[in-house]
Parts: sequence; structure tokens; C-alpha cells
Amino acid sequence: MRELRLMKGNEALAEAAIRAGCDAYFGYPITPQSEILEYLSLYATERTGMVVLQAESEIASINMVYGAAGCGKKVMTSSSSPGISLMQEGISYIACAELPCLLVNVMRGGPGLGTIQPSQSDYFQSVKGGGHGDYHLIVLAPSTVQEMVDFVPISFDLAFKWRNPVMIVADGALGQMMEKVELFEQMPRSSTVPEWATVGKPKTRERNIITSLNLEAEKMEEHNLKLQKKYKQIEEQEVRYESINCDDADIVLVAFGLVARICMKAAELARDKGLKVGVFRPITLYPYPFKQINKLAKEGKRFFVVEMNAGQMLYDVKLAVNGLSEVAFHGRMGGMIPSPEEIVEKLEKQYQEAVI
Amino acid sequence: MNEKTMTEDHHYQQMIEEESICLQENLVYERPETLTDAAFHYCPGCGHGVAHRIIAEAIAELGIQEDVIGVAPVGCSVLAYNYFNIDMQEAAHGRASAVATGIKRVLPDKYVFSYQGDGDLAAIGTGETIHTCNRGENILIVFINNGIYGMTGGQMAPTTLNGMKTTTSPFGRDVSLVGAPLKITELVAQLPGVYYATRQAVNTPLNVRRAKKAIVNSFEYQKHKKGLCFVEIVSNCPSNWKMSPVEANKWLEENMLQYYPLGDIKAPH
Repeated sequence: MRELRLMKGNEALAEAAIRAGCDAYFGYPITPQSEILEYLSLYATERTGMVVLQAESEIASINMVYGAAGCGKKVMTSSSSPGISLMQEGISYIACAELPCLLVNVMRGGPGLGTIQPSQSDYFQSVKGGGHGDYHLIVLAPSTVQEMVDFVPISFDLAFKWRNPVMIVADGALGQMMEKVELFEQMPRSSTVPEWATVGKPKTRERNIITSLNLEAEKMEEHNLKLQKKYKQIEEQEVRYESINCDDADIVLVAFGLVARICMKAAELARDKGLKVGVFRPITLYPYPFKQINKLAKEGKRFFVVEMNAGQMLYDVKLAVNGLSEVAFHGRMGGMIPSPEEIVEKLEKQYQEAVI
Repeated sequence: MNEKTMTEDHHYQQMIEEESICLQENLVYERPETLTDAAFHYCPGCGHGVAHRIIAEAIAELGIQEDVIGVAPVGCSVLAYNYFNIDMQEAAHGRASAVATGIKRVLPDKYVFSYQGDGDLAAIGTGETIHTCNRGENILIVFINNGIYGMTGGQMAPTTLNGMKTTTSPFGRDVSLVGAPLKITELVAQLPGVYYATRQAVNTPLNVRRAKKAIVNSFEYQKHKKGLCFVEIVSNCPSNWKMSPVEANKWLEENMLQYYPLGDIKAPH
């Protein structure tokens, strides 16, 4: 039977990692996500034998993830914005070496040391690169504590299916708030060794090498082409989104993560005022639901993007709409969370003529 | 001519035929199965080739080829994984000991070693080095110290000697500006997590044998989960020192070994 609990987002995610049969976690404390490391330190090793190690820095953490992931294990780390910035070199290496792993970013306001309050200002960093070179992470954006749980096993499955790092991007509010969650049952830790893993070379096979280096330009291009082919397949097969009351809507609010939930309330308030408003929530930020948004644009709907940043996903919405319709934006920064009323007010101002 | 002499002559003729040199039964010195047959890319006289070979020999002699995972650094030995016939990972610059930690923590019964140069281990990776040592990870760190950045073309390393000229210390290392050369092996030897810290060299046959013994011992200690083993190998860089291999080894003895004396710094009881 599934277990119901009232849990903080960070702790729920940590509990899900234990239950998903995660083999190892390497991390470094940073607000607002330290509960993940704390929770795992308290429970994980005793319950499943999972390795939990507090590293000396995020740089060490991500490189420990590289090493353990290269052994074919289910490995993860978590951090918040400045810490994720420190990890970028390692993330680029992991993507190039095609190592499966789970990265969690509980975003806080930036730039710089910024604030410890919630933000979504790492959208570009997560989706458009972050580290050097042409690579992509698969990026999932939960909007509830329940999804902080559910997305963990999904992320590990995607990571191993595609041999690609997967990132869950939440924000400080999702990490800190408590909600009722339904927990899935404990999964066994896997004993399967992937054929590419470095676990010691038996006489029966050639040696396995985990590397992101190729000094021959022809071969490095070949590897890049292989990666791009994989990304293309991911774009075709792994797009996830949620569309709420968009069918009859004149205006579609586009938002991800926590802001999508705020937008759902805003849409309700707007409908009470007679505005036909729907919400479109990308769940995978990479691969992005370009086609689905384009379809809505072709149906003549207008778009209003809301983010906790200066307008980052906005660029992808504009790409998807491709000039077919109007795209407006409202954003808050530096740790501020928009309220539903504020969104409706901005919406009314933007689409006054539509109201009349 | 009696029968015996005839046989000897026949044997002698066989021996001088060029093809016979390649015959298995005539070999007196072999490549261990733990090395691939790729030719080393290292410059003539460089210590890396010898250091690789003694590690490979140690792995072969201990019979642990199936249970060992190596970690290559960034530096001249970035391609070390092309030469060792074992499972290997190539780490980011300075992070080899963190990568080795990740491997060892999920595979605690395997043998894990990192192979790192001075820039990698004692400059950009100092944090990882010290904390890996302090945690007492059951791994072997092989530290190649030639006092210079080889791969990038001869810049000043943390271990460059006082007054030594490099492309970024063209007037000689000035200790008042950049500090003294870092004796990182002495530094990590202070940490309780380090079980064995030693400084070796591969400039003479005797030193090669001693260095190999240190590697063999380190794998034995790792087997018994004694803690971290740290083997520094003082090496040369004829190309960037701008010397012939013979001159480089002489300079190593007269200068490097004066500042970096050989021997155990922390020996097991």
C-alpha cells in the first residue's frame, strides 16, 4: 500500500531517492536545499546501504558523481544556484562522457550570492548549456511536493535510458514547503552492471574507458554528431507538459514549476472575471514542448508568460509561437514570488481590449 | 666438426636471423599484459613511461588486473588510459582524487588509483587532494613531480624550484612573489587518514626498483583497507627543462632531489 505523509519538498525528494534505490549521493550544504543531504545522512545508509558523502565543495561533489556514475551506479547530487554554477565544468564532462545521473537544483535568487529566497533564474543555465560545449541535460520541473517525489524514479529511468544526466529544477519554495505526499514503495537497489561501466576489466572483454577527451578533431566531431542524434531522439520522445483549460481559452498563461500553480489560481480568478484563460505548463524544460505551444498559437491564442526571473523561458515560448501570436511577460526577481492577483492585474492591463 | 658444434652453429645462425628476435622464446623482457601495445607519446627520456610501466608491472604481479580501476589526470599523462590495459576514467583537471573517491565509495572492494602531475594535484586540485587524503580514502595516489607544466609547454608549477626558469618565470622563480615550491607530500603526510607517504624517483635502475616496491606495497595496504597511500615520484621533463635526457637526470639529482629528498615520509609501523 502507498504511504501518505506530510513532508517538506526537500525531504520528500530525499525520501524518494532512497526508495528509488539510489546507490550514492555526494553533496555540499547550501540553503535552501541542505535538508536533502541532512535527510539522507540520517536515514539512507541504514535503510538501503546507500553511500552518502558530504564533500568538501560542489566541485568535488560533481566529480565524485562522475566517478561513481562511471561505475554504472545510480548516483545523484543536489545543490542550489551558486553551487550548481560551481558544478558546471563537471556537468559538461558528464554529458560528454554520457554518464547517467540525477542532479537537483533547488533554485535561489541570483546573480552572485543573491538571496536564499526562491527563484527560477537558472532556466538558461539548465536548459541552454551552463557548462562549455554542445550538450543538453534532460530537465524536469516539478510544481508540487508530490512531483518532487514522483520525478526522482522517472529521472533515474531517463538517465539510464539515454545515458544522459537529468536535472530536476525546483525552487526554494518547493524545497521548503510542506504538502501531503503519496510515497511509492521501496525499490531494490540494482545489481545490474552496464556493459560500459568501469568496474575492473575481466579477461572476457576489452577495457572500458570513461572519458570526454578526443584529440582527433574528426573523432570528436563524430562524437558530437552522435550526441546531437541522441538529443534529437530525446526531443521526439520525451516531451512532457500539462495543459489546463486551454481548449476554449483566448489567453494562455505559460509557466513552469511553482509559478504554474500560481498561474492556475490566477486563471481561476480571471475566469471569474469573464476572461477565458488557460494554463500551459512545460514539465520537461528540455526537451521543450515547442510543437504543442506552436499548435496553440495556430489556434489564435495569445500568450502570457510568467516566471520568477527576467524572462528566460520567454525566449522558448517566442520561438515556439514564431510570430504567429502575441507573447507578453510578467516576471519577479531576486527571490520575490508573484501572487495570483498580481498576475491577473498584469493580464488585464495587457489584454484590456480582449476584456472589452 | 662434431655433432655438438654443428648444433651450436645451427643455433647461432638462427639467433642472428632478424625475425628470430621477435620469437617468444627468445624474449628476455616483456610488456606486461597490463599495458596495451600502444607506443607511449611521451618525449624521449621522460619519466612518465617508466612510472607507467612499474604501475602496470605491480598490477600484473599482484594479479589484480580484473579488480583495478585507474583515474587519469589532465596534463601530459591525460592519455594514460591509452596505455594501461585496465578499466580507467579520465578526470577533469585536478579532480582525479574526487573521481577516485566516487569510484571507491561505490566499489569498496576494488583497487583504485589516481595518477596525477604537480599542476593537477598540487595547484588546481589541492583542495581535492587534501580532503581525499584527510578522509583516508582507501586509494593510491601516484604523484608525478617534475616541477613544471609539461603539456601546456613549460609553465611554472607549484613545485618549480626557487630560481628555476620556466616560460612564466622567465627570470627564475621568485619566492618573494609566488611563494616557495610546495612540498605537498610532507603536507599530506601530517593527516591521520594517510597511511603511507613516500617520495621516490625513476632516474636510476635502483630508484626504479624502489619506486615499484612502493607501488606494490601501496596496493597491498589498500587490500587491507589501511588508508590512503601517497607515492610521489620525482621525475624530469627534458623537453621543457630544455636539456638532453642525460642532462635532465643529472640536474634532477643535483637540484630536485636536494629540495625533494627521497625516502618514506610516513611509513607504516
